[in-house]
Formats: sequence, structure tokens, C-alpha cells
Amino acid sequence: MSHVTVSKPAPEPVVTDADAQRASRAERITGLIQNQGGIGVLILVALAAAIFSSGFASSGNVKSILVGNAYTSLLALGMTFVIISGGIDLSVGSVFALGGVLAAWGSLHGGTLMAIVLPLVVCAVWGLVQGLLIARAGLAPFIVTLAGLLGARGLLQAISSEGTKTYLVPAHSAFLKLGDGTWLPILTAVVLFAVAVVVLQRTRFGQRLFAIGGNENAALLMGLPVLRTKVLVYVLSATMAGGAGMLNASRLQSGVTNIGVGYELTAIAAVVIGGTLLTGGAGSIYGTAAGVLLLAIIQNLIGVHLSQYGTSASDAVNGGFLAVVVLLQTYLSRIQRTQ
Amino acid sequence: MTDVAAPAAVRVQDDRKDQTLHFLQNYGVYIAIVVLVAVNAFWTSDFLSLDNLRVQLFQVVPVLLVALGMALVIGTEGIDLSVGAVIALASAFIPLYLGYGAGLTIVICLIAGAVSGVVSGAMVAFGQVQPIVATLALMIGLRGVAVILNGASAKPVNDPFLDGLGLDSILGIPKMAWIALIIVLIVAFVVRRTTFGRQLVAIGDNRAASQLAGLPVRRVLVSVYVISGVLAALAGVLIVGHGAEADPSNYGLNYELSAITAVVVGGTPLTGGKVKVLGTVAGALLMQIISATLVQHNIANSYAQMVEAVIICAAVYAARGRGNR
Repeated sequence: MSHVTVSKPAPEPVVTDADAQRASRAERITGLIQNQGGIGVLILVALAAAIFSSGFASSGNVKSILVGNAYTSLLALGMTFVIISGGIDLSVGSVFALGGVLAAWGSLHGGTLMAIVLPLVVCAVWGLVQGLLIARAGLAPFIVTLAGLLGARGLLQAISSEGTKTYLVPAHSAFLKLGDGTWLPILTAVVLFAVAVVVLQRTRFGQRLFAIGGNENAALLMGLPVLRTKVLVYVLSATMAGGAGMLNASRLQSGVTNIGVGYELTAIAAVVIGGTLLTGGAGSIYGTAAGVLLLAIIQNLIGVHLSQYGTSASDAVNGGFLAVVVLLQTYLSRIQRTQ
Repeated sequence: MTDVAAPAAVRVQDDRKDQTLHFLQNYGVYIAIVVLVAVNAFWTSDFLSLDNLRVQLFQVVPVLLVALGMALVIGTEGIDLSVGAVIALASAFIPLYLGYGAGLTIVICLIAGAVSGVVSGAMVAFGQVQPIVATLALMIGLRGVAVILNGASAKPVNDPFLDGLGLDSILGIPKMAWIALIIVLIVAFVVRRTTFGRQLVAIGDNRAASQLAGLPVRRVLVSVYVISGVLAALAGVLIVGHGAEADPSNYGLNYELSAITAVVVGGTPLTGGKVKVLGTVAGALLMQIISATLVQHNIANSYAQMVEAVIICAAVYAARGRGNR
């Protein structure tokens, strides 16, 4: 998206110290809102919910929110990397489902190791193909992963006799331990988010993502391995989605075939609400975590208070929320640019 | 001598390769349609029967209408993911307002589509939000609203006018197809012969330059999303008429994908600056013929989806060279 800033012949600027201070303060505030706004809203909403909605702050409810979103949050985590690199991955919902079906199939036909390795490998290869089509052949990420959404769903249905066959994980399989209980899923998500923070901020790979997302040509001219990094980011996203599907299958004890539809939308919404720019080059893992939790809390509240409408009410709210957030974000980044 | 001759020969070869590629890019869809129809005429029993052709038309018309709007949006370097949700919304309005008469109900549906287009268009044009996020918000939100309005289960719609619109034929051709034909002609005329059409393509080519040249960029952008919304709502009305029930939970799912596929396969580049109306019609028809071929030969839906995925990638790959030339 290109912005036109018609430069007016400015009058001789008289910059006083006070002016400069005020400008930098305003800049800092808009920057703060943009980067930490998601976290701020999360805290406000959580506090309001705890005060006005009885039972919200009970340990049972908090646990159920966290556990219920532990695995789907990984889709948003992978998506954060992709979006920072300037791309998008619409295939994660289908790959999530594919990972689950493959894990259940693997546990039936090959045991625990197969159940873990098979979905990870297949989904990594899926991401590799998408990444090569995007980075090597130069196709638009949007359209490649859209095809990936269709293709992965097709593959999943081909494995499960058109989605009619649900593979059940054998009752005594060690694979079931992987997604068991309350704390293991939460811990898994927390650890992976922590690792992601380190990878994004402390490794060369992470820094390259920002460079590529900010200006791909510049990154190329600086001699960064753009192609390799871009491919890797799609491999990462698909592996993360497949892995999340695998863990989810362990929790559900089966490979549910019609799961994951529309999950890519929620993941993108969470990432955007967290302050990661869809234009690439800026974003944070904390923001995504806040975005995931915020959407989860909204869904939980709606589930309690507007249960007669089911998920459609939370869809309506989420859509409106997303619209407000992106409008605010573009507004803020425009203010920042003009300063 | 040979030093000079070799590059020249290579150049000629390159030219020829270029021409072949160019030809395939421009006419590949039409050739594919002819070939597939010919193959089906021999291999699929009753493929060319009037009944089968009519069934195919009933299925393709809603996608085609949505794809026409999508082609205009893509021409401005945008995308409209909300079309499927607008279909759901239109279908939710029908049982609500049918008491006031079919004509008024249809008008209300179309207005709803237009309002949705105003919202996404305003976000894109005035808020400078990326089209993909702006319409994503509506895609998530509107289906939610539609299901709240209608309830989760389908409601029967027994109105002679609406159902006739979706089921009846004139001169052996579905009424729906006649409507689609008229709209194709209008859209083609608008794109090729009107100032609006030129402006749309110019904006898709270079928004900044268009703005500096004094084109009404914002007005054109909003109008394009409004047209897309109205056409999606019209598709919703026809789908309800054809099914004789309103089912916002299921209507319009994945229509954005089918529409984008039709547009891309028809040769409109996703990078904007070009709209191929006839190509879009051909793209929609081709995807319909492919799916009909697979269905009638009992190829499972799963494989059909994978085939569609490959076709999308292949079409974009083929279109890729066009931008550089």
C-alpha cells in the first residue's frame, strides 16, 4: 500500500526545545500504544471481566481458557513469524487438521514415535513446498497458501475416506500422555512462546525476518540469504501448525477431520490485534500472546453471557474488534510517519 | 561468425518461446475449455445433455457473479474476502423481510451488500487499511451477524418469485443465467468503455500516481467494493431462490476462494492494473467444467480439491511472466 504525502513548502521551522520534547513524547506515546496497546487492552478487559462477570476469575475458568487455547495459540505464533517477514499463511487451519489426522493414523499404525514424527515431517514438507513456491518461484504468499488450504484439506480427506473415518488413538498408547492434563498443554505453549521470543530477538534468523519484512530489496542487496529465510519461515509455520494439530489429537484421543476450519482467520486476527503490522517488518511475540488471550477471553465471556448465539456472537464481536484495531493501527503508524 | 549467429538464433528461439507463452497466457483458458468440453463429449455420458448443462449453469452463476465483483476489486490491487459472508448475510435477510414482498426483500439484500462494501471500501480508501485485513474483519464479523439474525438452522423460503428466480428457465436457459449474462455485459462495458473503468485500472496500476494525476481515487475504491458487495448479495439471493431455504451457516462458504480462482485463472493479475471480464467468465466456467468432470467420473472430493490447488498455483505461475513484460 502506497501512501502519498504531498510535501508542502513548509514555513521556516522554528524548533524550540519544548517543541522537540513534545514531539518526541507524542512519538513515544503513539509507539507505545501501537506496540503495547494489545497488552493494555488485555489487562483492562481481563480486569473488567473479573469484576463484572462472576465466575470469570475462578481458577477453573481461567484454566479452561488457557487449556482451550494452548494449541491453537501456536498457529498464531507461527503466523507472527510469517507476517513479520511480509507474508501470510492461510493454510494453517487445514495443516492443523492434517497434523491431527496424521498423528492419530500414525499412533494406530506405527506407535508413539510414528504419531509424533509423521505429522511433523509431512507438515514441514508441506511448508517447504509452499515456501519454495513463494520464495523461489515468486508467487504471492496469499495465493500459494490459499491453494495450500485447499490442498491440505484434500489430502486429509483422502487419508480419512473423505473425512468419514476418524482414527482413534489406541487407549494405552503413550502418545496420549503428550496432551494430557491441565498443565502440560499450558506449559508447552508457554515454553514455545518463550523460545520464539529468543529466536525472534536474539538470533540472526529473527533479525533477518525484520529486515526482509521491512524492505526485501534492501535485505537482498545487503547480502542476506532472503530466499532461505523466507522458505524457512513457511516451514516453521507449517511445522508449528502440524505440531499443534498433533498435540491436539493426543488431547482429543482421535484425529478429528472437520477441525481447523477458519483457524487461520483467528490466528491472523490475534497477530494483528497484538500489534504486528501486516505490511511486515514489525511485530512482537508478546503482542501475539496478548492478542490470543484477548480473543480467548472475549469468546469465553460471550460463551457465558450470550450462550444462546453460540460462536456466531463471538465471530461478530471479533470481526468488529479486528476492524477497530487495524483502523487504529494504521492511524497511529501514519501519525508516526508524519512526525 | 558463429559467435554472432548463436546468440541471434537463441534470440529468435526466445522470441518464439515468448510468443507461445504469451498466446497461452491470453488464450489458455479458452483452449482448456474447448479441450475439456470435447473430451467430455466423448468420455462422459450425457455431458452435453440439456439437463446437465442446465445443472452446471445453476451451479456456476453465483460463483460467476461474485467473481465479476472480485475481478474489479483485484483490478485495483485489492482483494475482497468478505463475499462469502455477504452471501450469508443476504440469505439471512430474506426470511426476515419476505413478509413485505419479494421485490422489497431483494432490494434490502442488495442494500445490505452495498453497505458492507461501503464499510470495507471506506477502510481501504480512507483508513488506508490493507484490503486483505479490512475484508477479513467483515468476513469474520458478517457471518456471525448473519447466523445471529437467522439462527443456526436453515429456514424454508417459499416465495414463488424468489424460487422461480433460482429454479425456472426462459427459452430453456435458467433465469439466473440470463441475469448473469446481463451483468457480464454491463461489467464488460463499464471496464472497457467508461471513465470509471479506466480510473479503476489506473488506480490498480499505480495508486500514488493516480492520486497525483487528480483521479478520484477514494471514490473509485469505495465504489468497487460496493459493486463487489452488491453482486455477492445478488448471488446470495439467487442461492436462496435455488435452494428454497436460507442457511447462513453454510451458504457462501469458500466462495471467496472460488471467485479468486476464477479471476486468476481467467488471467487477471493479482498485482492489479488489469481486469479481464471475459477471462473471468471463462475462468469460472473452466473451474465448473473441471469439477463437473471429476464429479461425473466419481473422483472423490478430496482429489478434486487437490487438483484445484494445483490449478490455482499453475495459473498464477503462468500469469507471473506477464507483469515483467
